[in-house]
Amino acid sequence: MATAQLNAEGLNCPLPILKAKKMLKTLSPGDVLEISATDPGSVADFSAFCNQTGHELLSSSAEGDIYKFEIKRA
Amino acid sequence: MLDGDQMDNAKSMSIIVTKGSLDWAYPPFILATTAAAMDLNVTMFFTFYGLPLLKKKLNMKFTPLGNPAMEMPMMGGHMAMPNLLSVMPGVGGMAGMMMKNLMKKKGVASIEDLREAAVESDVRMIACQMTLDLFEYSLDDMIDGIELGGAATYIESAAKSDINLFI
Repeated sequence: MATAQLNAEGLNCPLPILKAKKMLKTLSPGDVLEISATDPGSVADFSAFCNQTGHELLSSSAEGDIYKFEIKRA
Repeated sequence: MLDGDQMDNAKSMSIIVTKGSLDWAYPPFILATTAAAMDLNVTMFFTFYGLPLLKKKLNMKFTPLGNPAMEMPMMGGHMAMPNLLSVMPGVGGMAGMMMKNLMKKKGVASIEDLREAAVESDVRMIACQMTLDLFEYSLDDMIDGIELGGAATYIESAAKSDINLFI
């Protein structure tokens, strides 16, 4: 299973979601996408995104002003 | 695998886009692109002042006129935009520049980028035929990949949609 990274720091709604979706499309089922973002709204949004799309939110954490997410492609 | 166009039970959303100023262009394009990213089938119907948002070359204006609730962040506080000021020549253009600079600084996507994302994610875009005739627009001035339609075309789509918005 491959892992991909997405740096969405400095981007505002809805760009982190749009870019994550674009990258998820290029991955295979089971692959993991690691995302870093600075938009505080992305915490709620990635959770909602995963609930709706069926991709699995493996982790959601904050390190200072950086929010990190791990999403497993369905 | 999870793409909306391949899912029989995909949710769907329709948006009627009626306003084409810089600020009003954002809500429909943000919602359409996000819904498409969340595997919804999305239809946008561009009518009246929303129609110019389909022009190849966008030239969106912005004015605080008629928007007394608008405040711009300014040196740690907020500055209201008095309506009286807005009618002065040049103030509308200046406010538009301020808004575009602020959006760039805050990492907000441009409408051009969001529209491109909408096209890429197969959002169905319908140009209102009546508005096209009324304001004498040509389909040649519009981006590729749009279709022409009227109220019935929209209603057919809306009747099948889970979410219908008028913006």
